[in-house]
Amino acid sequence: MKLTFAHLGDYHIAVKALFETLGVDVVLPPPPTKRTMSLGSLNSPEFACLPLKIGIGNYLEALEMGADTIVMVGGIGPCRLGLYCEVQRQILEGLGCDFKMIVLEPPQGRPDRLLRQVRDIIGAQRISRLFDALRLTWSKLTAIDRLNKITLCLRPFEKRKGDITRVYEASLRRIDEAASPKEVQAAAGNARDAMKSVCKTEGRIGKAEDPLAPRIGIVGEVFMVLEPFANCEIEKRLGEMGVIVDRSIYLSDWAVEHVIKDAFRIFRKSKLLNEMAKPYLCHFVGGHGVETIGSTVAYANEGLDGVIQVAPFTCMPEIIAQDILAKISRDLGIPAMTLVLDEHSSDTGVLTRLEAFVDMIAMSKCRRR
Amino acid sequence: MKETIGIPRALLYYYFYPAWRAFFESLGRTCRVSGKTTKSVIDSGIKVTVDEACLPVKAYHGHVMALSGECDNVFVPRLVSVERKAYICPKLMGLPDMVRHNCRDIRGIIDPCIDMSSNSWAYIKELYATGRLFTRNPLKIFAAQHKAKQAHYEFVRLLQAGLTPIDAMENDFRPSHNLVSGQDKSVRRPIIGVVGHPYIIYDSFLGMNILDKLNVMGAKTVTMEMLQPTTVQREAEKCGKKVFWTIGRRLLGAGYYFLRPGTVDGCLQVSAFACGPDSFISEFLQQESARSKRRVPFMTIVVDEHTGEAGIQTRLEAFMDIVERSMAR
Ligand code: SF4
Ligand code: SF4
Repeated sequence: MKLTFAHLGDYHIAVKALFETLGVDVVLPPPPTKRTMSLGSLNSPEFACLPLKIGIGNYLEALEMGADTIVMVGGIGPCRLGLYCEVQRQILEGLGCDFKMIVLEPPQGRPDRLLRQVRDIIGAQRISRLFDALRLTWSKLTAIDRLNKITLCLRPFEKRKGDITRVYEASLRRIDEAASPKEVQAAAGNARDAMKSVCKTEGRIGKAEDPLAPRIGIVGEVFMVLEPFANCEIEKRLGEMGVIVDRSIYLSDWAVEHVIKDAFRIFRKSKLLNEMAKPYLCHFVGGHGVETIGSTVAYANEGLDGVIQVAPFTCMPEIIAQDILAKISRDLGIPAMTLVLDEHSSDTGVLTRLEAFVDMIAMSKCRRR
Repeated sequence: MKETIGIPRALLYYYFYPAWRAFFESLGRTCRVSGKTTKSVIDSGIKVTVDEACLPVKAYHGHVMALSGECDNVFVPRLVSVERKAYICPKLMGLPDMVRHNCRDIRGIIDPCIDMSSNSWAYIKELYATGRLFTRNPLKIFAAQHKAKQAHYEFVRLLQAGLTPIDAMENDFRPSHNLVSGQDKSVRRPIIGVVGHPYIIYDSFLGMNILDKLNVMGAKTVTMEMLQPTTVQREAEKCGKKVFWTIGRRLLGAGYYFLRPGTVDGCLQVSAFACGPDSFISEFLQQESARSKRRVPFMTIVVDEHTGEAGIQTRLEAFMDIVERSMAR
């Protein structure tokens, strides 16, 4: 069995570690490129959301490289993600691909079911390695998230443009190679120091060193927020414009919320964000709609200078959120912008809009002082 | 006086109006339905919603605004789910919030949350709370609920007898479709299965009168409401995974049924530009059509605010040509 899965930001490192420790061969799809995008959008329904299209592109490229099994998450709605697996399976079969698809359905209070599915993939004799594999995966996952948070705070202060990104990418490679949680820790620790050393100010991480540097929060649909290829590397671009970015979604937090808590039915929802969203959107709308609204309110309360929503074209929950965002922006006085992206979005177009938004924020910030 | 309740003639009006009317009338209120969709209704909806919203949702906003001057309360239910473990469309789940923020001069909205996905208790409570706005007597609420249910069943029965929702609600049960006068009875008229959200195909403005146009071209039309629910259900199960949108699943079931050779002569899907559920349903149907050996002609028409009647007419004519050719074979 040669297993493959779709990309999601840098998290393939963690997922790969999981399966490889379990003794499964993994074929990683090549990092998404223009070709991935065009393969995907050519073979997907026009109005499908972007994550589905890029996923199709990933699978096609991985199948070309010899993968024969795809793992994918399932879902129970109301949003389209729950049916991705079926649409993608039918599309690939329609193209004559030969593969098996394994769909991991959410446990919904039955963790044993998930376990059984996992056992089916890896075989009963390897299940004893599951604990170690999960430990390694978790350490990589949290390390990636921690490093990302640091890059977001430090990038505006790097000595030479691109330094932080370079160090970050090198560290990711080291995390990828690490074979035990200890090695992961060490790699992450080194990375942190290396990043600080390429910065102008060696201040505390996580605090705005320059009170004039604008702070912008990124909200929106999970995939779009997490996948730099899909969001035109918004974090890097903003950072290089001197903006401290705060990303509202991290997979490690998300996993605690949706996998672990869902499996055991403890506090099923991120209560706090729901409370924050309540005056504007008081019902769950699928996907990440309520969280987008809730995070925007939270950012406004924290005093951030702006919020950017990234959403795939035709994304239903984000359309609702986008519709309401204007009202929040007015009420709470936080500038907000929505980037609706699809396979036709151009990097330059996005860059122009980001620059305009940042200029606007910087100007009003100056005026306020 | 909170006597008149406005009901926008859009979205699930086409499914639940008889039930809603029965409910409110038995509680001593009158319902006022907004007028037919027109260009100006759509335009006023477009003005207040984001570009990305789908046409039916934009039209809904237009209808709400048309009513807000006339009624104190507009009924904008939050239709989350009407059956266990299924939803309708995420957009309907956020509809009251969108309406509240977008239509600023609206006086009041009644927005019960209708959610039967997990337990019916929450639904009963919500119904009761809505009834309490009009009466303190629980028995009256119960009776109103009962009347609504009956009205709904009666409505569903009429649909299965071949009436369109419009005939059943507005035309005093007189079928208006499928009547072509002065036609030679001996010629077999092509039957076209039309797959599309009721709020699109029965709204003569949004759906560009596609049903009428087909009738004029000599075709008979069948829609999913006219099929037996059990048939639709059985067909929908052909999909590898349960489709968790109630209307989406029915559309898919109807589509699968129409794509079976021998049921109809052609299958036409009408969907809204950038509609989420339709994008998947349409792909499922296309894959099914590609897989089947004897192909039933299949076409998808996408409507949005820029669609012109002329373009639709040409496409329908082209489609009917294909249908007639395949019938002759
Ligand atoms: S949240 Fe948006 S992008 Fe994700 S599946 Fe739903 S519609 Fe698609
Ligand atoms: S089902 Fe489609 S047309 Fe209907 S509200 Fe949802 S997105 Fe709009």
